[in-house]
Amino acid sequence: MQELGKADLNSTRIIPQGDNRVVIEKDLDTEYMVLSMGPQHPSTHGVLRLECITDGEVVVEAEPYLGYLHRCFEKYCEKVDYPGIVPYTDRMDYLAGINNEMAFCITVEKLLDIEIPRRVEFIRVITAELNRIASHLVAIGTYGIDLGAFTPFLFCFRDREHILNLLEWISGARMLYNYVWIGGLSYDVPADFKKRVDEFVTYFKPKVVELYQLLTTNEIFVKRTKGIGIMPADVAINYGWSGPMLRGSGVDWDLRRNDPYSVYPELDFKVALPDPKFCEIGDSLARHLVRAIEIDESLKIIEQCLDKMPEVDGFDPRAAIPKKIRPKAGEVYGRAENPRGELGFYIQSDGKSTKPLRCKARSSCFVNLSAMKDLSKGQLIPDLVAIIGSIDIVLGEVDR
Amino acid sequence: MSHASSLNSWSDALSGFNLGWFPLGLVIVAAIPLVFIALYALTYGVYGERKISAFMQDRLGPMEVGPWGLLQTLADILKLLQKEDIVPNAADKFLFVIGPLVMFVGSFLAFVVLPFGPAFIGADLNVGLFYAVGIVALEVVGILASGWGSNNKWALYGAVRSVAQIVSYEIPASIALLCGAMMAGTLSMQQFCVAQSGPLGLLHWYLFSNPIAWLPFIIYFISSLAETNRAPFDIPEAESELVAGFFTEYTGMKFAMFFLAEYGSMFMVSGIISIVFLGGWASPLPNIGSLALNDMTSGPAWGAFWIIMKGFFFIFVQMWLRWTLPRLRVDQLMYLCWKVLTPFAFIAFVLTAVWEIYK
Repeated sequence: MQELGKADLNSTRIIPQGDNRVVIEKDLDTEYMVLSMGPQHPSTHGVLRLECITDGEVVVEAEPYLGYLHRCFEKYCEKVDYPGIVPYTDRMDYLAGINNEMAFCITVEKLLDIEIPRRVEFIRVITAELNRIASHLVAIGTYGIDLGAFTPFLFCFRDREHILNLLEWISGARMLYNYVWIGGLSYDVPADFKKRVDEFVTYFKPKVVELYQLLTTNEIFVKRTKGIGIMPADVAINYGWSGPMLRGSGVDWDLRRNDPYSVYPELDFKVALPDPKFCEIGDSLARHLVRAIEIDESLKIIEQCLDKMPEVDGFDPRAAIPKKIRPKAGEVYGRAENPRGELGFYIQSDGKSTKPLRCKARSSCFVNLSAMKDLSKGQLIPDLVAIIGSIDIVLGEVDR
Repeated sequence: MSHASSLNSWSDALSGFNLGWFPLGLVIVAAIPLVFIALYALTYGVYGERKISAFMQDRLGPMEVGPWGLLQTLADILKLLQKEDIVPNAADKFLFVIGPLVMFVGSFLAFVVLPFGPAFIGADLNVGLFYAVGIVALEVVGILASGWGSNNKWALYGAVRSVAQIVSYEIPASIALLCGAMMAGTLSMQQFCVAQSGPLGLLHWYLFSNPIAWLPFIIYFISSLAETNRAPFDIPEAESELVAGFFTEYTGMKFAMFFLAEYGSMFMVSGIISIVFLGGWASPLPNIGSLALNDMTSGPAWGAFWIIMKGFFFIFVQMWLRWTLPRLRVDQLMYLCWKVLTPFAFIAFVLTAVWEIYK
């Protein structure tokens, strides 16, 4: 035990955090405290548990513990035929069901090597982008809550409600759609779909600006996120980050452009990159900005798709669906740009069965979360919350 | 002084009510209306918060219990009263129980010196302002007791943060109030209001009559947000970081006590700021020639109306800020206190002193 007021030379430590510097002076003999954050904690976004070793308010180390929501997705896939897997994919990233279904379906379609009607492709892209907006709204809104701003969250959920209503209208379900089927869709869109999506886009555009003014440019919000949890581009690539997280680190990488699928090559959109004038590249604010910009880009994509979507009388979206899905022996890896990053499916078929021999899901959230230990070193607890929020995990996809 | 004859007349009449040797009026009769005013302010403060936040967020808020949900808070209190009162096994029982009580008492005792009109005040102490600042600071003891006594790491974090925050922000807040005391030359809450009432209405208020008063006014308002743990300074109970801060382990009526104490302090600091800088129960309307608006809107009933309206205005601003702004971080909060507000409070202090000497 040290005597009071007699600190040794090494007792003062300085932990730099961007332009905010946290200085800790130790005059007394202190010890670390283990703080178990989660699985029931408001800002771990589900049942994530972080075991933090803390020195006062400073997190010395945080170790994420997973598996509270594990549902054996990959084992189920070996027991269910291909169309039966689609509803399970909804339950992975439950905030972006259509994107998951689409990623799985294009993988199986790659394996089957079948042609998809053009109208189906456009409907898939429109619904996927709508779902991307809904997912980003949740991400941005809950990020606001993590930092103490409650109102943006409710604004986000109010606008997300319109998207969910649209998707409920076309698929019958609000979150777990089972809408995209292998080789087609479960239903064609209703007659007034174009008009109502158009109405939504016109309604939503001013709301994005409002959200930007209320949250993104808020002085306190910027102070809380700028320079917090910086991830350099090379480390991000080494960790295998993807999606908004990777773009937040300044890497110009988007599967919709770099490994195009569906009708994305025909569409004109920008890959969202953070503005170095407004944030530091790779910090929490950059990741937030990327999501905010992506909402705008998704709106653009939806508008273009509505113009280009071919109208077919008596269109049957199930026409191209094979009677029995039994791919020839082989293996395939398909991937799609999900709101949270690259969602990939690796499927192996033995050529005889209607069930996959092996189906592995490459979950973007899981990979993004793996950097948590690095990111959390030497952060304050409030900053740790800001970092978890900026990673935007959905535990359904982390644990599968 | 023109008000001297009527000042405190009602309170004096009440306190003169003795039952034999026992000063019944002084102790009980004067306290009953105060407690009722405080409780109504609190229940409708909670209701107001829910409604105001609802309108800011495109919602309706409580609508089911009573017309427009007016009885919702009463229903909530009834529900909380029926809840099981859990004391964790590992908790320090004495501190755990005493914490909410200290906080509640600290918050409610301050109402004693709040003048609800020229005729009514619980006790017109000659050090009323000093008493109010001191008794509100008693809450720190309650917070620390409950946070430490809960034996919960989140509660401990919340309590330590809260104590650091409240003790720090006492300094700029007190200096800012001292500026007001220098302007009025008194610490008595009634004299503050008397000094700021007059035929010109709001032009007599220090905020508008004194060229420096806006600086301590802003400093005190910001500090009062931090002292009552309101957003953007609600880090002791930051629900996204510390679950619920120092009251994580509390249930039922003990939890409700924290809640009521928070709203009590909100009303209290709003009352103090309107008394010191905005004339308390003084009417804002001026006498215009023969149209004596100020005289028409002065008096015991009008006084109560004005001070409660002023208090509600500041409570509204506090809620407005809460539902707009994100939360500051601990070190940013301390930076704001020690490096921004405290120096400016000293500047305001010196400027006020110079103004009072040479005006």
